[in-house]
Amino acid sequence: MIVRLMGEGQFQVSDDLLAQLNELDDKAQAAADANDEPELDRVLDEMWGLVQGDGERLADDDLHPSDVLIPPSDLSLEETQRLFSDQGLIPDIPAA
Amino acid sequence: MAGLMSRTSSVVKAWISKLLDRAEDPSVTLDYSYEKQLEMLQNVKRGVADVVTAKKRLELQTQKLEQELPKLDQQARAALSAGREDLARAALERKTVAQAQLQGLDQQITGLEAQQEKLLANEKRLSAKVESFRSQKEVIKAQYSAAEAQVRITEAATGIGEEMADTGLAIQRAQDKTEQMQARAAAVDELVESGALEDWTSGETSLDRELAQISTQSQVDDELAKLKGELAAGGAKKELEQ
Repeated sequence: MIVRLMGEGQFQVSDDLLAQLNELDDKAQAAADANDEPELDRVLDEMWGLVQGDGERLADDDLHPSDVLIPPSDLSLEETQRLFSDQGLIPDIPAA
Repeated sequence: MAGLMSRTSSVVKAWISKLLDRAEDPSVTLDYSYEKQLEMLQNVKRGVADVVTAKKRLELQTQKLEQELPKLDQQARAALSAGREDLARAALERKTVAQAQLQGLDQQITGLEAQQEKLLANEKRLSAKVESFRSQKEVIKAQYSAAEAQVRITEAATGIGEEMADTGLAIQRAQDKTEQMQARAAAVDELVESGALEDWTSGETSLDRELAQISTQSQVDDELAKLKGELAAGGAKKELEQ
């Protein structure tokens, strides 16, 4: 599986690692829903640490899409919320 | 995977598939997508330049403020030896504000530097991907049937679209931060410009108002006492010498 650490790049991760990330992702979601920013930041940092430590960085010119994206912990809650809304992160589709 | 991770990636994918639905002919899609990538890359370069400019501006301001500090010190000293404790206090208050601003600026410049480095790494990665896309698109056009090509295009375009979105977000964040800093920088500019302390009599009310919010009392008291001590010591020394 390929994971993108947003702003940092893409990593190849093993299924084992992905299972761990998945558990943390549930925690992150719970923290985000509860507006618990310190907990969310902590969980995201843990996820980043795992991916950077055990994942394998993809080459810059690799064009494979990621299976999952993990936001950085220094986003504010508000930014994270904007990110998960329909617009925000994604640039507007250019007019043809 | 129902959490944050899957939500973000599906948002990106939705955007890409909308983009790809625009064109039916794979080679048109490829060329269109490549054009968009080049455009995006230009925007990224501009974004990086903006951040660098903002950082330079903050650095200039730091220098200006640093020059202001000894001047304010001198003015406080001069005011006190002329027996105008009120003026000395005002100058020291201003100095305290300037010091606080300097500290904030330093932190912000450091933060901006880190961001600038990240942006440059992002830009490099995006360039590498755009270049890789450019060579792949000719291969896809030449070697694959329309149906096969569509699959390959979708994958390549999603990969690069994701990088574009990610880099776009990084730029956006840097620009938001820069805007905040520029607002702050404008406030500092004002402080420095109004720092011409010659006109004490008319300036004092506005000065009081500006500084009222900031609790500088104790530091000012300390510094004032220190200055008084120095002046007294200097005076005593002179008396002894005579």
